[in-house]
Amino acid sequence: MARRVGEVVESTSTSFVAQCYQLEGAPALGGLVRTDSPDIYGVVGRVTTEPLDSARPVLARGEDAGSEEDVIRDNPQLARLLTSRFEVFIAGHVEDGVTHQYLPPRPPRVHSFVYACSPEETSLFTSRLDLLRLLLNSGASHADEIVGAFIRQAAPSHDQPDDFLAHVCRTLAVELAADVARLNSILRRIAP
Amino acid sequence: MTQSHETNGANRGQTAPEQGQPLGMVIEGSVSNGVEVRLDPGVSVEQVKVGTFVTLQGTNSRFFGVVTDVGLGSTDPRLKYTPLPVDDPFVVQALQGTVAFGTVSVLPQLTMPDVLGDEQRPAAAKSIPAHFSRAFTASQKDVETVFGSEEDGNFWIGSPLDMETKLCLDLGELVKRSIGVFGKSGTGKTFLTRLLLAGIIQGGQASSLIFDMHSEYGWQGQDTDKGVTVKGLKQLFGAKVSTFTLDEEHSRRRGVSTDETVKLGFNHIEPEDVELLRQSLNLSEVAASAAYNLREKFGEESWLKEFLDAGRGGSLLELADELQVNAGALRALYNRMVRFTRHGFMVEHSRVDTAAQMIEHLERGQHVVLEFGRYGDDEAAYILVSNLLTRRIHRKYVEAKESAMGGAGKEPRPLVIVIEEAHKFLNSSVASQTIFGIIARELRKYNVTLMVIDQRPSGIDPEVLSQVGTRFSCLLDNERDIDAVLSGTSGSRALRSVLSRLEAKQQALVFGHALPLPVVVRIRDYGPKFYETIQGGGDSEAEKKRKVDELFGG
Repeated sequence: MARRVGEVVESTSTSFVAQCYQLEGAPALGGLVRTDSPDIYGVVGRVTTEPLDSARPVLARGEDAGSEEDVIRDNPQLARLLTSRFEVFIAGHVEDGVTHQYLPPRPPRVHSFVYACSPEETSLFTSRLDLLRLLLNSGASHADEIVGAFIRQAAPSHDQPDDFLAHVCRTLAVELAADVARLNSILRRIAP
Repeated sequence: MTQSHETNGANRGQTAPEQGQPLGMVIEGSVSNGVEVRLDPGVSVEQVKVGTFVTLQGTNSRFFGVVTDVGLGSTDPRLKYTPLPVDDPFVVQALQGTVAFGTVSVLPQLTMPDVLGDEQRPAAAKSIPAHFSRAFTASQKDVETVFGSEEDGNFWIGSPLDMETKLCLDLGELVKRSIGVFGKSGTGKTFLTRLLLAGIIQGGQASSLIFDMHSEYGWQGQDTDKGVTVKGLKQLFGAKVSTFTLDEEHSRRRGVSTDETVKLGFNHIEPEDVELLRQSLNLSEVAASAAYNLREKFGEESWLKEFLDAGRGGSLLELADELQVNAGALRALYNRMVRFTRHGFMVEHSRVDTAAQMIEHLERGQHVVLEFGRYGDDEAAYILVSNLLTRRIHRKYVEAKESAMGGAGKEPRPLVIVIEEAHKFLNSSVASQTIFGIIARELRKYNVTLMVIDQRPSGIDPEVLSQVGTRFSCLLDNERDIDAVLSGTSGSRALRSVLSRLEAKQQALVFGHALPLPVVVRIRDYGPKFYETIQGGGDSEAEKKRKVDELFGG
């Protein structure tokens, strides 16, 4: 069963931002997530934890504490003053029961719930890899990192991870045919 | 997991079951330069060799072509400057076939019939397959469709490069035009010729007359590399082959029996023969043309005899005066002719017309091998005898053909005349005079064609060479010879590189009239296995029919 991890708080055609229900509760970089009704899939591209009130910066509090846990325990208010958010790059959507790996006509509504996809769902969704092109051209300054992280996480969900990786490599090679240096850097990030 | 094909077009075109291994797809090209095929990721560039046959499945037609070049390509020009972890198999596997790939250049030569084995024959390609057409290695069926199969009465001559397929020749087409067998010394010209002749004799498409300079075709030949003797045509075909010899003693010494001994009378020699021998006898033009004056004076039959008698009688000076030719020139002519007429096969007067004898054999569908014995090394003797006999035989053929055209007789049986060291008969200075030059030029009008065997094709008159229909070229390394062999052939630039890369033995580039496209052949072995197929085979259908016709006057 998919695990609910947050709620959309900001939305554009290519990406959305979700706020986590738990501090530090964001899915990992490159994780596949999904919103509900309409079903929109995306890959986690940036996780931030910051003060709710930008006028009140976080201060260091652990000078006299024995351990990091002590800091949290001694300052229970912190969990209420901070929040974790994650940015998701949209990678596909479901329309009339068919999964498409291109941008949906409308971005997810604000307050849509965001779920982390289960391995089965990930395996199913990554049977096609058109989303790699979306991710590579997402405009994120660290798009290669996102792609690398996404592949590393998706591979174990497949029955034959090696076959999946080989398929990914060929797809990447076609996408990045004109830029071998970039292709090489991604390949090294996903090499088993 | 369902993988999508990133090689778009992978499923285009129907894949016939007869098709060979998939190679890749067409990515660019032109009719003049051929098409470029990008190899599939799974196909190693090392598997594909220049000269291999390939089929291209276009949208509407199938093309048959040959690989002319193999190359390496990449999608990113910076690839060669980008340091890559090439020792990491993961990276290499990802790059191979995608970013870095092999390409082959294919020259589409023919369009194949829609149904293989159909009546429809392959036709010359006047277009190229579209983008993304799939390329396959040619299958046995493809090769059979293009070159014909043994079952259809074609002669198996060898296999194409890197294939076990039997490559066959249509001997009927082959003998319709003159044939050239070229190659430098020791490349297997004689073996190839013997093989072709065996094919012609077995198939019965033509009679053959072989001027066997080094006595290699009749009873037995030598394989100097293996140091063994191989069977000659007489041993293989028995009564179908008649052997004539100029040098009975030589044949006897070799323990070989011959059917006839050839004696030539002085009365058979004509001034044209002397003209032809000018170079080998080192005669001046004046001296050679004196022979015409002599003929005028003494007549066709006895000019040489009378002239030699006059010389012996010491009356050459008077004769020179009378003929108004230079006495020195006449003396030179006399000296050369005296020396020449001392040959054992020359007699003062011969009533036996050897040419008529040979024609008799040829008309019976037999094949004639004329062994020169020790005279084979005597260039002048070889040129004179072959020229003299051929001229007479040719004359008879012309007569027979003309009366056949007038409805008065049977078409003469096609004849292939085999000559070695052809550049001596067919060089530019004598080609216009020798009968061989005439035969080569007038082509098959009179059912007589030549098979010229030579190691210096550049020495042959270009005009004659251009009439050679089918050429078999073993390895040649002299630039001028290569130019000569390839002259007048389309795509000679591509063939040139093929020709200079042939192996030194048992390989030949074959192209011209009898073949739809040039092909490099690994010539089949001429040995016990071959003997078996020949001797076990018996007469071909055509031969049987011909014999029946002959017996019952059909």
